[in-house]
Amino acid sequence: MHESEPTPSAPPAAPPPAPDAEVAGAARPATGRLLALAGIGVIALGSAGAFAWTAGWLGGDRLTAPELIGAIEANGTAHPGFRRAHAKGVCVSGTFRGTGQGRALSRAEAFSGMPVPVLGRLSIGGGNPHDPDNTARVRSMALQFGGPDASQWRMAMNSFPFLAVATPEAFHAQTVAQRPDPATGKPDPAAMPAFLAAHPRARAFQQWAKTAPWSDSWANTSYNSVNAFRFIDADGGERFVRWSMRPHAAFHALDAAERERADADFLAADLQARLEQGPLHWDMVVTLAAPGDPVDDPSRPWPDTREQVVSGTLTLVHAEPQATGECRDVNFDPLILPPGVAASDDPILAARSAAYSQSFNRRQREIALGRGDAATAPEHAQ
Amino acid sequence: MTTPTHFNAAARWLHWSMALMIVSMLFIGVGMMASVSARPWLIDLHRPLGIAILMLAVLRLRNRLRSPTPALPSTLPQWQKTAAHASHWLLYGLMLSMPLIGWAMLSAGGFPVQISPSFVLPPILPQDVTLYAALRALHGWLAYLLFATVLMHVSAALLHAWVFRDGVFPAMTRGRDR
Repeated sequence: MHESEPTPSAPPAAPPPAPDAEVAGAARPATGRLLALAGIGVIALGSAGAFAWTAGWLGGDRLTAPELIGAIEANGTAHPGFRRAHAKGVCVSGTFRGTGQGRALSRAEAFSGMPVPVLGRLSIGGGNPHDPDNTARVRSMALQFGGPDASQWRMAMNSFPFLAVATPEAFHAQTVAQRPDPATGKPDPAAMPAFLAAHPRARAFQQWAKTAPWSDSWANTSYNSVNAFRFIDADGGERFVRWSMRPHAAFHALDAAERERADADFLAADLQARLEQGPLHWDMVVTLAAPGDPVDDPSRPWPDTREQVVSGTLTLVHAEPQATGECRDVNFDPLILPPGVAASDDPILAARSAAYSQSFNRRQREIALGRGDAATAPEHAQ
Repeated sequence: MTTPTHFNAAARWLHWSMALMIVSMLFIGVGMMASVSARPWLIDLHRPLGIAILMLAVLRLRNRLRSPTPALPSTLPQWQKTAAHASHWLLYGLMLSMPLIGWAMLSAGGFPVQISPSFVLPPILPQDVTLYAALRALHGWLAYLLFATVLMHVSAALLHAWVFRDGVFPAMTRGRDR
């Protein structure tokens, strides 16, 4: 029979028995029990603490994905239902057809030569979906090749040739440096110089932003992968690559005066007008890294003498407003990759996937809760 | 048939292997949502491990329903027995529903349900914003519930092992004495 357990506050009436002399099933003496209870407490609290640390709730030093998106959100007003970055855009669709040269580099089905259906989105940089197009230095193209099977490939490209920063921590610091002071509506004038002092290579991006010509259309803009990826061919051979969608439409610069006069939504209107004349094409130009090229640093461009290969042609035939288009509820995560394409160790790539997931979850939740009317209602007079 | 004093071999093997898998999944899950650097390899682990847990959970439930399980000691107060049984059924419910919710969530989000680089599961729901948002929230909250339940389960198990020493813990660590 079991002894009744001593109450926790009662001192032992007799010296504690030796551990192996206990009757099977007997409760332990008080000190042993205390130790056991303490051990259980340590295990439970320690596990909970480890869980909280892993989740980013404790041990505040490292940058987490929610913090990264939070920093971006804090730089402007809330726009429920919209993407947190590149908020303004339009849906597009068409096809992609690969070339033999593409097939030689990667066994991705997109390069099979058969036309692959494409769903995409053209957008401008910035977190405000109502920004006028003429304020946007950065234009972007996101694409999804193929349907919901293993061969699906999503990519998110930008019109800049390289990134200002090489790490998500630096991106976060830059975002904070650009934060408008609520009192003045402008960033703290000391913040950006301090950021540049700590990240001098970001000046190269600012130089590009100041001097490179603006195009006057989405259709004649090049869109770059910026991050490097690995292409894996049918024999398992791997090569580091970056790619660009190079437009067939001739580049035409938007000069300062035209930019001043441009309509708030001139890019979408221009796109629609061009598509009415016929499909728009881009060549997917793949640049191969040479040994020693920086493949994990998106802030370092490769020399333009690197071998380039046209791996396929993108054709866009249709555009529609994002509020009601198929691209609205797509997360163009650049790490949704088919066999034949793999990520490099570029830390920005991993951070993009993490950040886009946060943005997607937040905006889908807002729409589901009925707060995303501006993002989902059919637009008037677009 | 007399009530056994120990869980059968299948139950024990499934218990300990799945315990490892489920605790890993919980940490992988919160880790991949927080991390700016580790998400790619964590999420590539999370999906196949989730499906593996689902398949093992089905086998485990079948084994549980078909084989008698040891009774809790008669000296255990009724409220503790009720709490134990309820928590075990909660654990079964969660280990079966969490992978399904994850699969449904990805389907509703329009994501390929990628288990390996060349194998995807078919979507089990159409793409839908409201369904995605609901399942995303559910997957998270039930994960926290599962973690809390696991912590209580482990704490109670260690109480039985180190304090009550009433044969409950050995029922899951070894087979019946011969």
